[in-house]
Amino acid sequence: MHRFRQSLAHVYMVLFLIFMLAPLLVMAGAAFNDSKLPSIVPWRGWTTMWFSEMVADERMMWAFVNTLWVALTVAVIAVVIGTASAILINSISGRIRTVLYGLMISTILIPGIVIGISTMILWTKMGNAMGTEFFLFNPGLHLSVLGQVSYIAAMVMLLVLARLQSFDAGLEEAALDLGASHAQVMRRILLPHLYPAIGAGAAVAFFQSIENFNVTQFTRGGADTLTVYVFSKVRAGITPTINALAVIMIGITICAAILYEVRRRRMERRMAQVEED
Amino acid sequence: MQDLLRRYGTGLTLIMCLLVAFWLLMLVIVPNITLFEQSFRPYLPVSEVGGPRDTYSLGNYAKVFEGHITTSLLGFEFEFPVRVRTFLLTIWYSMVVAGLCLMLAYPLAYYMAKIVNPRSLPTLILLLFIPLWVSEVLRAFAWWIILAFKGPLNALLLAVGLIDDPIRWTNMGYTGVMIGLIYTYVLFMLFPIYNAIQSLDTNQIEAAEDLGAPWWKIHWRIVIPHAKPGIASGSVMVFMLSAGSLLVPSILGSTTSQWFTQTINETFNDALDWNTASAYAFLLLILCTLFVTVAMVLFRVKLSDIAK
Repeated sequence: MHRFRQSLAHVYMVLFLIFMLAPLLVMAGAAFNDSKLPSIVPWRGWTTMWFSEMVADERMMWAFVNTLWVALTVAVIAVVIGTASAILINSISGRIRTVLYGLMISTILIPGIVIGISTMILWTKMGNAMGTEFFLFNPGLHLSVLGQVSYIAAMVMLLVLARLQSFDAGLEEAALDLGASHAQVMRRILLPHLYPAIGAGAAVAFFQSIENFNVTQFTRGGADTLTVYVFSKVRAGITPTINALAVIMIGITICAAILYEVRRRRMERRMAQVEED
Repeated sequence: MQDLLRRYGTGLTLIMCLLVAFWLLMLVIVPNITLFEQSFRPYLPVSEVGGPRDTYSLGNYAKVFEGHITTSLLGFEFEFPVRVRTFLLTIWYSMVVAGLCLMLAYPLAYYMAKIVNPRSLPTLILLLFIPLWVSEVLRAFAWWIILAFKGPLNALLLAVGLIDDPIRWTNMGYTGVMIGLIYTYVLFMLFPIYNAIQSLDTNQIEAAEDLGAPWWKIHWRIVIPHAKPGIASGSVMVFMLSAGSLLVPSILGSTTSQWFTQTINETFNDALDWNTASAYAFLLLILCTLFVTVAMVLFRVKLSDIAK
């Protein structure tokens, strides 16, 4: 009976994996089908035409460039704000810490739509009140950046805060006693300890920003990011160029996954060897 | 605070405080207050903004109750405000999605934590992560292809002989939306539960087995109580993501499956009535706050546990 339940569990795992991965295969397969509609049935023969059409699609290329810029800016701002918040939270206590921490965390749970609309209204209203045409107060991707930072900073903060738990504050004391300046303590002692978390935070922020749709949709003005562009394409008559894009994104993901896996296995083997010695 | 000043000096401390203040005030608190304030203002032509007609009222919230539609529930037919109906259906189907995700994810989470060979676990997790890294819009699009009338799912079912005529999946009320939401968010249920079960001592399960407990009782009395924080945070996450999702309902929705976020999007981006959209967005925010609070009280978890 025990054995039967175990094999049932294995079967379930395989079914679940198929459920998660098969849609991606279907989507990737449709990119090579010589049919005007993105589908794998009926199969009309191999073609790579959709890839060349994708490269020729100027709006998509612009959207791609925009996406990268937004993601980079978000990553930089979110890392700076998130790290500062983590250091601040780590060195205060009592009720004010609870309130601040709760406020920071709650930004992750605010629906993206609410963030998008509120950011848009605040900045355009400020522009109107000041009677200025300055670009910051008009709709556009810079508002998307601000909106995205408002919750992505919290994710960076959590990562850095976790890393701060293993920091020995005595090192800072020692440096100060030995005559280091405040800037030196920060730059030479605290930040190097935090670098792994800051790097992870930057990566998380970058990918969260690329994924983002809700905030961007409400703040972008007329500009496109990749997600918004794909969305508008899917709603208004699709060509399989989107599938070609999907193939490339899945390809990048799988390459990263394989690299990660190979590195992990090598580490594992090395660890085993060390243990044997 | 004193500690901060002593370590990093006035300048650096000031910069850090300013950064945090900018984030929490300019990006979180003030925008939401503005949203709240704006939601009570009427939608006026630009020339009249700030004029005598620009007064506070509950008019935007009252619009939720405008526009009636005939619905039937349990055999009774009655008139119902269409946006309230959308709002309630969004809540209901988001809860159903969270429930189905729980049912799908729990067995696998248990499998990953207690049954699978630990050597192959990292590979399994990596495989599961691949769809998560491919963007959300593409995941919804993948299901758009699969569920198409002449798509692969119908072709497969016809070939196997399970159905005689192709099915219009994306024209069956909320079916398409639910499939899409489950596929997109089930992993947000899986990993919190897995983390929770992982910390359970396997000896407890074995002890219960030795004492003759049937498998369902082991789950009911030992594993599920231990996994409760994970279940709570997964459920809250899936519910919030589903209720707040705009991509999936827009791509996989049918003519009869309006999602509340779609209503907000149409008011904001098509009708350009930002004030009414603010009122709707505020309602969504209230709903989510309520849901999180109830979950926190019910499952006795902290906010920080959920957000992880």
